[in-house]
Amino acid sequence: MNIPLRPLAVTLVALAAVATLLGRAQAGDDEYFPPVTDKLTLQECGSCHLAFPPSMLPAASWKRMMGELHDHFGDDASVDADTAAAITRYLVRNAGDAPGHGSKLLRGLKPGEAPLRITELPKWVREHREVPKADWTRKDVGSKANCTACHIDAAKGYFEDD
Amino acid sequence: MNIHYRALLLLCSLGLSVGATAGEREDLIARYTAEARAADPAFAGFSAARGETLHRTRHGGGKADTPACTSCHGEDARAAGRTRAGKAIDPMAASVSPTRYTDAAKVEKWFKRNCNEVLGRECSAREKGDWLAYMTRQ
Repeated sequence: MNIPLRPLAVTLVALAAVATLLGRAQAGDDEYFPPVTDKLTLQECGSCHLAFPPSMLPAASWKRMMGELHDHFGDDASVDADTAAAITRYLVRNAGDAPGHGSKLLRGLKPGEAPLRITELPKWVREHREVPKADWTRKDVGSKANCTACHIDAAKGYFEDD
Repeated sequence: MNIHYRALLLLCSLGLSVGATAGEREDLIARYTAEARAADPAFAGFSAARGETLHRTRHGGGKADTPACTSCHGEDARAAGRTRAGKAIDPMAASVSPTRYTDAAKVEKWFKRNCNEVLGRECSAREKGDWLAYMTRQ
């Protein structure tokens, strides 16, 4: 039997190229931040606000935040020591500056900086400068931490403009 | 005969699983009862009416944006609430959210946080029991 090797090879190469491009589009997309998958982190962080993707802050920020949960932006969000340690491990391992991550949201941060508010990152501020002030105080928005009000697929990691 | 026996077994197991959940809630209420009695020998049981008042009153002792439980949980205990950061909160009424108040550590964690937010202090055992009496009758 005569197998047409040449067209087969061309097809395979083309498929591989498409797969690579698609993969890159997702992995390097400015607007995709892998959502939290750790059950404990989802449960503890996600009961008051969207469990923000760990790649949105550097490891130093997560360590600092998890060390001062008794005053979490004015709220007492403390958890027991074992829970805090487990969540910190997850956040640090998946932080925006963890090896192999390189989150674009951290652009403009100086090395060693450990900001606590995602909404004060230079890149975040730049990306949201076109949002009218009145939108932030709308009843269905209420807080800059309410990503999902505008980014409807935020919980799945997608933060594209609407 | 065999079918009846199976049906009996099924009913028993259903009864057991419901019993286990209700048991944890009863344990918690028994604990608050003991604490309330220790704090006040004249304690005469929890009151759903006092619990409702606690839930709805704008206390003003805590944080400005959360004067009452209803600031986040909403006026209707059978409906979902909403946190300051925009996240939905499952209804507090046990009739709508049957798994609520069956994990003592979780209940204690949220009483501690939320009483501080709303009242500016921790809640007493009597207040916790009153509030639970209200929510478990909703």
